[in-house]
Amino acid sequence: MKSYKEVFSEIDGAALIPFFVIGDPDFDTSLEIIKGAIDAGADILELGIPFSDPIADGPTIQKADIRALDNGITVVKSLEFIKKVKAHKDIPIGLLMYYNLVYQYGTEKFFKDFHDAGVNSVLIADLSIDDADEVVGPAKAAGLDTVFMVTPITDEERIKRIASKTSGFIYTVSLLGVTGSRNELSGRIEELVAKLKGLTDVPICVGFGISKPEHAAAVAAAGADGVIIGSKIVSLIEANLGDKEKCVESVSVFISEIKKAI
Amino acid sequence: MKEKGRFGDYGGFYVPEVLIPVLEELEEAYYKYYKDERFLADLDNYYRHYGGRPTPLYFASRFSEYCGFKVYIKREDLMHGGAHKVNNTLGQGLLAKYMGKTKIIAETGAGQHGLATAMIGALFGMETKIFMGVVDIERQSVNVHKMKLCGAEVVPVECGTGTLKDAINDALRYWTAHVEDTFYLFGSACGPHPYPTIVKHFQSCIGKEAREQSLEQIGRLPDMVVACVGGGSNAIGIFSGFVDDKDVRLVGVEAGGKSVASGNHAATLVAGRVGILHGAKAYLLQDEEGQVTETESISAGLDYPSVGPEHCLLKDSGRAEYVAAEDDKVLDAFELLTKKEGIIPALESSHALAYLMSQKGKLPAETVVVVNLSGRGDKDVGIVEKYRPVN
Ligand SMILES: Cc1ncc(COP(=O)(O)O)c(C=O)c1O
Repeated sequence: MKSYKEVFSEIDGAALIPFFVIGDPDFDTSLEIIKGAIDAGADILELGIPFSDPIADGPTIQKADIRALDNGITVVKSLEFIKKVKAHKDIPIGLLMYYNLVYQYGTEKFFKDFHDAGVNSVLIADLSIDDADEVVGPAKAAGLDTVFMVTPITDEERIKRIASKTSGFIYTVSLLGVTGSRNELSGRIEELVAKLKGLTDVPICVGFGISKPEHAAAVAAAGADGVIIGSKIVSLIEANLGDKEKCVESVSVFISEIKKAI
Repeated sequence: MKEKGRFGDYGGFYVPEVLIPVLEELEEAYYKYYKDERFLADLDNYYRHYGGRPTPLYFASRFSEYCGFKVYIKREDLMHGGAHKVNNTLGQGLLAKYMGKTKIIAETGAGQHGLATAMIGALFGMETKIFMGVVDIERQSVNVHKMKLCGAEVVPVECGTGTLKDAINDALRYWTAHVEDTFYLFGSACGPHPYPTIVKHFQSCIGKEAREQSLEQIGRLPDMVVACVGGGSNAIGIFSGFVDDKDVRLVGVEAGGKSVASGNHAATLVAGRVGILHGAKAYLLQDEEGQVTETESISAGLDYPSVGPEHCLLKDSGRAEYVAAEDDKVLDAFELLTKKEGIIPALESSHALAYLMSQKGKLPAETVVVVNLSGRGDKDVGIVEKYRPVN
């Protein structure tokens, strides 16, 4: 199974990390879109298992969650979905999700089953390092890497604590707010990446609000090891609902553009 | 964070990383001021002269006659704004003021917390935004209008079920983007630490007074204390006064909606399973995989799939009992108190009264019950009219 470490060391610039909601808009289309994204140059995948109450997400991803849930996606089906993605290509996969779904499945069993399906890490949006003990042990036992978030207002002492618990990469939130495309790139990225680089050797990936090739290029130029793009991609799916081919194509065209830019 | 914010294994602060610094700031400010003399004097002044504390403990003789035991009503319905909610908004509002915050946000279900927040927004000259589900905006329109009159902006929340849960979701999302200058005035004794502790503290005046009044007016402690439970703030407020008195039964009444058996209800402690929502580990109404399920209740203020963490612990330890009252029985209680006593109760509070009616003939006549009338029903007359038209 391909590791984050291998990807980061193979790539010269920044890794391209698109985010998708599993099963958006439906299982089959979602799978085709993601295969297309892999073929167009995605280096790592960030996948969300939809939740009824995604408090860290803006309207675009909320709607995607609802589409996927309405079309019958479940945690159990997500497992099957991931296996199908991995059968297409061995690419590292990070899950990004909410704690209740992990907790109800049974944290240890969740980590084990999803690791066995090919997942490299599970980032829980509503679990901070203060409660990391509930997940770090089971994650390591299952062979998963850990990923935690840092934001522009996380202080240095806390960044060090976060870094010490992180083995995959630090998910750096570029701005204060929920997920969603923004026209302008957050002005805080360069400073934040530089600060993180001064404090830790853990790879730094940046997400939230990145929606254009020039944004991605700027994030890569700031020294980030990875660029995470979520809402913009999800909005391409939303804009082409009902036309499976256009969904797949518009996403893969966008991924290639970003790939070129970084 | 200095404290873990746990009640047994319940509670905690399961929030996105970006909210940690503001919760830390809030926790620090709370522990700095909650015993500070100047703060306490300020709060006491507002409680008395603005809010209307202490509230009476009233012996409801005709309602008692119906029930067959003695019912004393703690009159939180007489508080300014029409509910216990102002106890908390004055406390948190003052905290915001001491912290130098000038912008406040809040979620609301029934509109009572929204109104109580809008009132203190006006009182302290703070820019106020209230997040409210579109379903609740429709069913609690009087309160929406009052909030606007106080100068608050009411932000309609369309996502999800358009009720309290979704209002909290959007308030949290907004806060995430405005942590640097905005104080989130949380409305119930739930959500992430330190809110359950803070809200309980500011609502504990209910229990403290009720205990003193019982001793003074009845000459003894009550046998039972009853309150409705949405997020759990009025209940934990009154329970806190009696929790150490082991012989006093504590009963929390949740929203039974159509019926618990039908699945259309909001009886979290009665029918839920432990999960994580809105920053806390607590009982939760959810499907097998952990998706939060839709709730149903005639009262917007109880229409919530989670509950305060301390109630979860009180349930597990057996110190408090939790039951559900169905909509139909709640309407009966609303009518009975109004007819017998000339007191129009909020539909939320009517759940507690409905439980008392269900005990008719089951308790000895000398039994003394203190029930928390958490709010008045002016906001609900339109809804009641729909179900039970007066000719
Ligand atoms: C009058 C009244 N009672 C009770 C509640 C329920 O809240 P809690 O359980 O926090 O007391 C509300 C909430 O809006 C209310 O307006």
